[in-house]
Formats: sequence, structure tokens, C-alpha cells
Amino acid sequence: MSGVRVLVGTRKGAFVLTADGKRQQWDVSGPFLGGWEIYHLKGSPVDPKRIYASQSSGWFGQQIQRSNDGGKTWEPVGNKFVYDGVPGTHQWYDGTPHPWEFKRVWHLEPSLTDPDTVYAGVEDAAIFRTTDGGQTWEELSGLRGHGSGPRWAPGAGGMCLHTILIDPSKPNRMFIAISAAGAFRTDDAGKTWQPINQGLRSEHIPDPTADVGHCVHRIAMHKSRPGVLFMQKHWDVMRSDNAGETWQEVSGNLPTDFGFPIDVHAHEPETIYVVPIKSDSEHYPPDGKLRVYRSRTGGNEWEALTKGLPQRDCYVNVLRDAMAVDSLDKCGVYFGTTGGQVYASADAGDNWAPIVRDLPAVVSVEVQTLP
Amino acid sequence: MIRVELPAHLRTLARVTGEVKLEVEGRITQRSVLDALEARYPVLRGAIRDHVTQQRRPFLRFFACQEDLSHESPDAPLPDAVASGAEPLLIIGAIAGG
Repeated sequence: MSGVRVLVGTRKGAFVLTADGKRQQWDVSGPFLGGWEIYHLKGSPVDPKRIYASQSSGWFGQQIQRSNDGGKTWEPVGNKFVYDGVPGTHQWYDGTPHPWEFKRVWHLEPSLTDPDTVYAGVEDAAIFRTTDGGQTWEELSGLRGHGSGPRWAPGAGGMCLHTILIDPSKPNRMFIAISAAGAFRTDDAGKTWQPINQGLRSEHIPDPTADVGHCVHRIAMHKSRPGVLFMQKHWDVMRSDNAGETWQEVSGNLPTDFGFPIDVHAHEPETIYVVPIKSDSEHYPPDGKLRVYRSRTGGNEWEALTKGLPQRDCYVNVLRDAMAVDSLDKCGVYFGTTGGQVYASADAGDNWAPIVRDLPAVVSVEVQTLP
Repeated sequence: MIRVELPAHLRTLARVTGEVKLEVEGRITQRSVLDALEARYPVLRGAIRDHVTQQRRPFLRFFACQEDLSHESPDAPLPDAVASGAEPLLIIGAIAGG
């Protein structure tokens, strides 16, 4: 029988949650790499037992760990992330130039075709690639070399490259997003990049419609329609129907359009999910009610999903990489909170239940659908 | 034989228990001891010193013989008691974070 494996990164270690296709009874294993911040774990689509994890610490820096047995055991691989050439400067919080400094890996995106090839999105923002299973990493420096780098600035969480989407229909096309620079696209496998932020409007930057400088929190696509992108920006939920060339706002009737994650239903490319958060200065749900919002129309018309989620006195946050979907039928939806809960819905969001309630603060959630 | 005491997370990373004992050729300095440590345990590269600058990571300190040696030159000789193996070089993670 098919099943799912949920990979959870937390402030104090990694956890692996497994269930059969019913997704009712869960086995929780971990913590793995205990005591370290696990910003992200993700499995190879080619070899689901191959999982990569970003392990970091303010004391001891960055490690990359690799599992070849579905997360049961881990081995450290390469941790040398060195910017190509002279790194140059970006804007600091006060607008002054600040040198690029590597801090940590936020996101690991395994190749769709090769288990040894992985892309890493790092802080300060850049993209790296390994082709030897994580032993060595090289920067795809055309992104920082785009020329707009001196105008990029850190968001409150740092200047992070947090989203990497690989187009399954065009092997040389990828999308990335940086807080706070915006979204970028490559059509030549990472050699050159162009900003794709036309239509975004951000009141917190001097030119609200500038080509770069936007605090994009997350972008998502459905693999059957990779030219359609959905974005949760700092404020505003956005949509592009032309691979990011232009964007339209689809916040519609959301109670607030601030938030972090956004994801797409596995089988319905017009069904999308967000978790509205009250504001950028109050990182918790409005009215103390934890609500996922679902649109079945690709945005604008949203419905609150509340069954099984706390509807009073709830003041957790859901971070940008902490939502994922499985590809079973019905589609499973998962998210983790800064309060340490991981919630699952086995019916596309209609009903929710916690898998675990008391983990360390959850940073990331990924799901593998197993045969 | 040089003795080095690692913080718990680095012992886990290097898969060692207790003190590490190292043969170090030539002058016994922070640099020569750390070079030998990283040669024995490559996973520690980048975890104590920056990969490129080789500077000590900011939240780590080097103590020995009741002295803080963190700000000494990496090429300064370590105390005789460390060089003789009578005392360990302590690599300490700053007490921070509440």
C-alpha cells in the first residue's frame, strides 16, 4: 500500500513522520541531528530514499547531511559554500553597502532527474549546485552577476534565497525567489537570470514597482502547468500566467494578504492554499484563529478551512517552507507551526488533525509520496 | 600527543567520545593542532574555523591552562603543558541563547 513520509525541519533537529495511504496512524521518528537548526530537508524525486538536509548552528556553521535510507541514518557531506570571485556588496538594513557573507543554506532542491544533483539556496542570497551528491558545491554566479545585486537587501529573516522551482517541462528553466530582491528566472540552466517582478507592488521600498527589491516570501507551481506561478509576497498573493513575465494580485477576499507559505493541490492546478497572518509586525493568525485558506479558482475567491484547527487563542506562525502536499488521492496537505505542531489533512484541507503537537518550532515541511 | 577537548555537538559530528588525541608535527600552535584535527576529522572543516579566512568562528573560544587563548596569534606556541600532553586544548562553545 502506498504511504507518505513527512520530513520536518525544526529549530532543534529533524523529524520523520510516516503513515500509510490512509494517513490516520503516524509513526514519529527523531530528533535526528538533535540540537541543530534544520532549515530544510528534501528527498530526491528519482530516489526517494536519498534525502538531503541543511543543518546549521550559530556556533558551528553549516553542515549538509545526506541519508540513503529514507532518513533513518545520516552522513555529513560537503559544507564548503564559497562565493565565486569577489562577492561584492548588497544593501544593508540601513541602505549602506554590505559585503556578501555566507550564513546558511535555507533550501535544498534535488534535481528531477539525477539524485546526485541538488541546488541550494543560501543566505546571503545565492544559488549553489552539487553534482556529486553534496560533496562539493559551486555557485551559479550568474544570478548575483545579474547586476542588480547591489540593490538587494535583507528581509527581517536575512537575505535568503528560499525558493527554487525546477520546470519539469523545460530542463534549463528554473525560478528562484529572494527576500528581499524578488523572483528571478533562468532559461539556460543557471548561467543567466532575469528578474520577473513586473506587476509586484511593495510600499516599503522607495520605488514600489521597482524591478528588484520586493520581499517575495514563497512561489509555487503545479508540475502540469509550470508557466503558471503563484506567489505569497510580504503583503499580497499574486499569480502569473506567463512564467513570471507579469503578475496580478489575487488576494481577493482573504482576511489579510500577509503570510509566508503558498502551495498548489497535487491534482487540481487551480486549487491553492495560503495561511493568512495578521501583519508583518504581528506574526500570528488574525483573531487567534489558525485558518488555512483555499481557493479553487486560482485566487481571488477564498474559503477558510478550519475543521480540526484551533479557533481560539492560537498565536503561532507558519513559515515559508513549512507547507507541502502529497500526491495521493485525495490530496494530502501538511503544515508546521512555530509552536511545534504539524497538522495534516487527508482530504485536501476539509478536515485537519495534528500529527504531533510538541516539536521544536517547525521551520520546514516536505512530503514524499511513497509507492 | 596533543589532547583536544571538543564541544558536544562537534564530538557528535566527528563521531568521537571523550578527548581527541593527536600526533602533531613541528611547533605546537593553534594552527598546527587545528590542521591536524581537521586532517583526522574532515567533517570539522568549517565548523571551528572559516573555510576561506581560517579565522575562528565567533562563538567559539580556545582555552588551555586556565587561560583564554582565543585572541592569540594562531601561530603562537601553545603552553608547554599542552605541547607535552599534560593539559588539553579546550574548544569551547560560547554560553549563549538562554
